[in-house]
Amino acid sequence: MESFDSLVSYAWFILGGAAATLELTVLSCTLGLIVSLIAGLSLLSKKLLVRWAARTYIELFRGTSLFVQLFAAYFVLPLAGIPLSPIQAGVLAIGLNGGAYGAEVVRAAIQAVGNDQREATIALNLTRWQAMRWIIFPQAVPLMLPTFGNLAIETMKATAIASLISVSELTFQAQMVRTQTGGTALPFITILITYLAIASMMMALVRWLERRLSRGLVSVRT
Amino acid sequence: MTSSSSYSGLEEASSKPHLCGAAKRGSAAVPHHSNPDRPETPIIEFREVGKSYGTFTILDKLSFSVRPGEHLALIGPSGSGKTTILRLLMTLETVTAGEILIDGRSLNREERSGKIVQASEAHLRRMRAEIGMVFQHFNLFPHKTVLENVTLAPVLTSRLSKEEAKNRAFELLDKVGLTNKADEYPARLSGGQKQRVAIARALALQPKILLLDEITSALDPELVEEVLSVITDLRNETNMTMLLVTHEMSFAKDFADRVLFFEQGKIIEDGPPAKIFQEPDHERTRSFLRKVIAAGQRV
Repeated sequence: MESFDSLVSYAWFILGGAAATLELTVLSCTLGLIVSLIAGLSLLSKKLLVRWAARTYIELFRGTSLFVQLFAAYFVLPLAGIPLSPIQAGVLAIGLNGGAYGAEVVRAAIQAVGNDQREATIALNLTRWQAMRWIIFPQAVPLMLPTFGNLAIETMKATAIASLISVSELTFQAQMVRTQTGGTALPFITILITYLAIASMMMALVRWLERRLSRGLVSVRT
Repeated sequence: MTSSSSYSGLEEASSKPHLCGAAKRGSAAVPHHSNPDRPETPIIEFREVGKSYGTFTILDKLSFSVRPGEHLALIGPSGSGKTTILRLLMTLETVTAGEILIDGRSLNREERSGKIVQASEAHLRRMRAEIGMVFQHFNLFPHKTVLENVTLAPVLTSRLSKEEAKNRAFELLDKVGLTNKADEYPARLSGGQKQRVAIARALALQPKILLLDEITSALDPELVEEVLSVITDLRNETNMTMLLVTHEMSFAKDFADRVLFFEQGKIIEDGPPAKIFQEPDHERTRSFLRKVIAAGQRV
C-alpha cells in the first residue's frame, strides 16, 4: 500500500486533467450551440437548398459514431492540409456531433411555439426575421433548455473520448496513473466523482437559466 | 372605465393624405347610402373571391364592398366563412380565386414586369400596413410586458421612435383603462384585460381598417362588457372602417351600420341592422335568429 501522500499527489495529478475536460466541454458546447442554432433554423428555411444542406449535416453526424468522427478530424483532416491540435480536433468532432442533435431540438422548439403567435406577428406587420428574433425564438428558448441541458452533459461526458488522441483530460490522466501504479480504484473513483461534480454544476446552471428565461411564460394564478 | 376624449393619434393618421387612391374621408360618420353621382372607391372590395382547402370550399365567388368608415357586422352560423373573410384580409390565408382590393389596390396580386402575379411578401407587407386585427384568443406575446406588447410593432416597423411609441402606448392604454398594468406580463391579466391590451396593440399601428374576430367569444360573460364598451368608444370616436365577426347579436345591432348574414360562404342578407334583425327577407335568417334568441340572447 502506498503512502497517503503519494495517493494525494496522484489524485492531484488526475484532477489536473479537469482543466482540459472543462476546456473541451466549454468549447464543444459553444461550437455545438452555435451549430445547432444555425442548422435548426436552416431546417425551417423557405429555401430547399438550405434545408437540404442542414439535413445532410445532421444525418451525417448522427449516423456515424463520434469515435470515427474524432479520428477523422485528427488523422484525416491533416491529409487534406488541415492539421489540428488534439484539443482542436476534439472540439470540432464533439461540437459538430452535439450540434447535430441540438439542431433537432431547436427546430422542434421553434415549431412548438403556437401558430397564434405567428399570426399576431403577421397582423402587426413584422417581417419573418423580426417575428423570429423578437417573438418566436425568445419563446422557443425556454422549451429548448431542458434538452440542451441534457445535451451539454452528454457533451461533457463525451470529452473522455479525446483521451484517445492524447488530450490530457481526466480520463487520460486516470489511465496514466493506472498504468504507472497498477491501482484501479483511486483513478476511477477520482474521475467518477469529478465528472459527477462537473455535471451537477452544469445542471444547476441550466436550471437557473430556465427560471430566468421563462419569465411571463408560466401562467401565474392571481 | 374609458374616457370620452377622442383617440387623437388615430384621427391625425386618417387626416393625412395617403399615397394611393381615395383616402379622403369625412370626419363625420359616413352615411349608409352612397351618393350615386360621386362614387367613392370602396376601402374593401371582394371580387368573386374564392377560398378552398383542397376540395373543401369555404368561399365561392364572394363579392361585396365596404365604404370607408363603415361599421360592418358579419353574422351567421359557425363555418359560414365569416372569420375566413377577416383572415383573408389580414393575409393570414391566401385567396385561391378572385381578388381583394384595399383602397382600390389589389391585396393578393401585384404587377411585376408587366405581368400580374401573386403578391410577394414585400407587397403584402405594404398592404398590411393599413389593416389591424384583434383575435378571439388575444394572441398577446406572453414574454413581453403589456407596454412592450403595444410598443413592439410601431418601433420594429420604424414608424415611431421608442419614446413616441411609449407615449402613444400610454395614450392607448389609458383609453382601454389599463395604464396601471403597463409593466405586468399578460399572464397576470384577466381575459377582458388581455383583450383590451390586444385592442391597444392593434391600434398602435394606426390602421385604417380594424378587424375584430369574435373578440368576446373566449371571455367569461362578466368580462364581455368591458371589451364591448372599448369597441363602442372606438366606433364613436374614430372613423376607422371596422369589421366585426360576432355571435353577440345585440352588440352587432348596436355596433353596425350594416349587417351581413352569411351561410355556407354566401351572403344571404345585406342591410342595416334594423332590417336584418326585425324583418329579414329570408326564412334562413329568421330561423337563425330564432335559435339565437332561444339560446338566451336579447336581439
